[in-house]
Amino acid sequence: MRSKSRNFYLIPYVIWIALFVVTPILLVLYYSFFDIDGQFTFENYKKFFTPVYLKMTFSSFWYAFLITMFTLLVAYPIAFLLTKTKHKQLLLLLIILPSWINLLLKAYAFIGIFGTYGAANSFLEIIGIGTKQILFTDFSFIFVSVYIFLPFMILPIFNALDELNPSLVDASNDLGASKWTTFKRVVFPLTIDGVKSGCQIVFIPALSLFMLTRLIAGNRVITLGTAIEQHFLVTQDWGMGATIAVFLIIAMVLIMILTGKRKRGIL
Amino acid sequence: MKKLSKLSTVYLVIMFFILYAPILYLMFYSFNSGGTMYHFEGFSLEWYKELFGNSRLLIIVLNTVIIALLSAAISTILGVAGALAIYYARRRRVKNTLLSLNNVLIVSPDVIIGASFLILFTMIGIKLGFVSVLLAHIAFSVPIVVIMVLPKIEEMNTSMIYAALDLGASRWDVLTKVVLPYITPGIFAGFFMALTYSLDDFAVTFFVTGNGFTTLSVEIYSLARRGVSLNINALSTLLFIFTMLLVVGYYFITKRNNKPGRMGVR
Amino acid sequence: MKQLIRALLAVLIVSLILIFIVFRLNSSQGYTSGNTLTIFNWGDYIDEELIKQFEEETGIKVIYETFDSNEAMLTKIEQGGTAYDIAVPSEYIIDKMIQEDLLLPIDHSKLPNFQYLDSRFLDLPFDHGNEYSIPYFWGTVGILYNTKILGDRELTSWNDLWDPAFKNQILLVDSAREVLGMSLNSLGYSLNDKNKDHLQEAKEKIDALTPNIKAIVGDENRLLLQNEEAAIGLVWSGTAQEIMWENENVEYVIPEEGSNLWFDNMVIPKTAKNVEAAHQFINFMLDPEVSAQNTDYVGYSTPNKEALKYMDEDVVSDERFYPDEEMTSKLEVYENLGKRMLAHYNDLFLEFKMHTK
Repeated sequence: MRSKSRNFYLIPYVIWIALFVVTPILLVLYYSFFDIDGQFTFENYKKFFTPVYLKMTFSSFWYAFLITMFTLLVAYPIAFLLTKTKHKQLLLLLIILPSWINLLLKAYAFIGIFGTYGAANSFLEIIGIGTKQILFTDFSFIFVSVYIFLPFMILPIFNALDELNPSLVDASNDLGASKWTTFKRVVFPLTIDGVKSGCQIVFIPALSLFMLTRLIAGNRVITLGTAIEQHFLVTQDWGMGATIAVFLIIAMVLIMILTGKRKRGIL
Repeated sequence: MKKLSKLSTVYLVIMFFILYAPILYLMFYSFNSGGTMYHFEGFSLEWYKELFGNSRLLIIVLNTVIIALLSAAISTILGVAGALAIYYARRRRVKNTLLSLNNVLIVSPDVIIGASFLILFTMIGIKLGFVSVLLAHIAFSVPIVVIMVLPKIEEMNTSMIYAALDLGASRWDVLTKVVLPYITPGIFAGFFMALTYSLDDFAVTFFVTGNGFTTLSVEIYSLARRGVSLNINALSTLLFIFTMLLVVGYYFITKRNNKPGRMGVR
Repeated sequence: MKQLIRALLAVLIVSLILIFIVFRLNSSQGYTSGNTLTIFNWGDYIDEELIKQFEEETGIKVIYETFDSNEAMLTKIEQGGTAYDIAVPSEYIIDKMIQEDLLLPIDHSKLPNFQYLDSRFLDLPFDHGNEYSIPYFWGTVGILYNTKILGDRELTSWNDLWDPAFKNQILLVDSAREVLGMSLNSLGYSLNDKNKDHLQEAKEKIDALTPNIKAIVGDENRLLLQNEEAAIGLVWSGTAQEIMWENENVEYVIPEEGSNLWFDNMVIPKTAKNVEAAHQFINFMLDPEVSAQNTDYVGYSTPNKEALKYMDEDVVSDERFYPDEEMTSKLEVYENLGKRMLAHYNDLFLEFKMHTK
């Protein structure tokens, strides 16, 4: 499309970017070069490459990866099945609805449900497994994170699946492909854009989770978000906090570049 | 349309149950005559009664909803413009740069966004309150809308656009009669995601608000130290039921006024 | 396209209606009128009846905002943007605010009710002569333990926590100073210690506590201890009071090696607009009967000696929350460590948190 009107779309969006994205980035970058006393320094960057922070970075990426993967595994079937139901739009909205309840309240509810005397353990008692420590484990942390991120992953995948031309699936079946092959070679590749969006919306924020790491994981999981929160608020060391943020941004850019190379599918 | 197999139905039901479990838990305890979410002591409506006398809380709720609706609407418009801009960018470098810039806000922790917005606003001289919160919410919701809308634009069949142009459509017509209708599901998705982000946000809102203006999230988080009393449960229950009725009601009403089916072989 | 326009219109119309309703509600509350007082306080930290009483007695409109942590409050006040007339920070932040010149000195001639305060809680290191702050609530840091789970076991000192019998039973708070402070105290050092060797020793000691630690949590430790998720918790006395209100199986003790004495005080930020009303409010809160009512609602310990006469005998004679002079003289108030040392504390704490994996 070679139209000049393209430029009009750019204008409000670019203004928004300049004001609310570029300026904060510059601010963050600026602060990262100052230490706690306000002196110009590279100390913060040196500090980042120490074992504590590197371990934290690795931990953040690892958990973000796990969360994204599990969210995808759970969300895709849900989105898929939803497209086949009669009231799919309604059910979709009903899935989004719980995410409008405040996060803290839901976390408290989970503390109640996963607690030693909570509903989950009562259930385990009934089926004979007996009480287990659910809170403050990797399991509960990932479970609750997936719970929180689920609607964000379901929505783009649902949209992609919904627009899928069923004649393609029929054609594949006609040609003798099994259900799994049809899925692998036809359905999934055509919905890859939706999957990509979903993964971006989940993975990127998951890197800086800190509320959940404290509430559900009891700080047994430490992410970069924990450190940033501490530096920004408690220590008032905006320099170090900003430095970590810079690395998060760099990580994000790298991910974008890596996942962006994919060519577009058929037509 | 095929009916769902038994296994699939079971899977969906379990998923819905898990999704709603914490909500039901909260709703259950809103009727607790005791004060905690641990021991259910007896059935009582006292928390609901207390809620209705608390006009400060009611104002806060209304403010929250207003901000959510307006910020979601405006950011959706901006986001669609942005997605179109990114899509039409010819050079891959420009595209990737815009995309990366777009996602910066999603990757940044709330604290940093909140703090930098606060600095920004005080530098510009915007008074903290409704306006600053609205601007901040629009700002962090736009990237989500872009991410939701972009895939739909990208999978759009360009021959439709060419066909429309061939048939003599003006550029405005192409936009409003071809592109937008096609990406409408993406737009709605973006709108609802933006709504979610806005309703749930605490850190950014906390930093940029002031002069007595506050949202429900800020209020709830501030109660954490002393304990979230069950009138919040009651409030959430009411909001939830209200929204659900709205959604279900709206859905069945539009079903009644059956609109011509969407494209696609169904 | 029509669908979109319709949706947009619906959203706009609903918003306008709601804005209108908010406006009506606000003006019926008198929020748009002149003489106002803006208060910035912890969530649910005042009996709202008293605000109404204050408004009626003085005709001043109160605008009330809340925060969830000292640091967040400090960031907001530092940046400006809102003119708070009264804020209620904790003592270590007040120290910082005074040094950064963020507060207005208080005119004691306007506070006749100041005399009712217990002199133990006045003229403390973080604010000599109470030039900038007036005590609101106070308390201690200590150990809360569940007598049902632990049976006859009594805890009396910090060092008790290291007992291997308490494996996976302890909840710590997510705060560097409290955790390191406890470790320092258990070694016999001051919790304001700036000696790096002592700090290293303290850190290694809490690293050794790791097997006993179930989790490091924030305000939700109140919920968790109440629900008996863990047998022992490092808590502020206020939290203990709240837990005991709901669960009778717990006991609170101030460890014998010493601990922290904390305060939440009322201050007047420099950017305050209505200084006169601020003083009126402070004086109002210092009134013994008002203070008694507030204490009754909030449940923490009041620094107002006269107010004790209007309160329940059982509450006032409870030594765990109203320790006598002998006890309080053993406790330390936090000193401002300075940015570098505070950062060092927090770095050690972060390392410790990573260690618990």
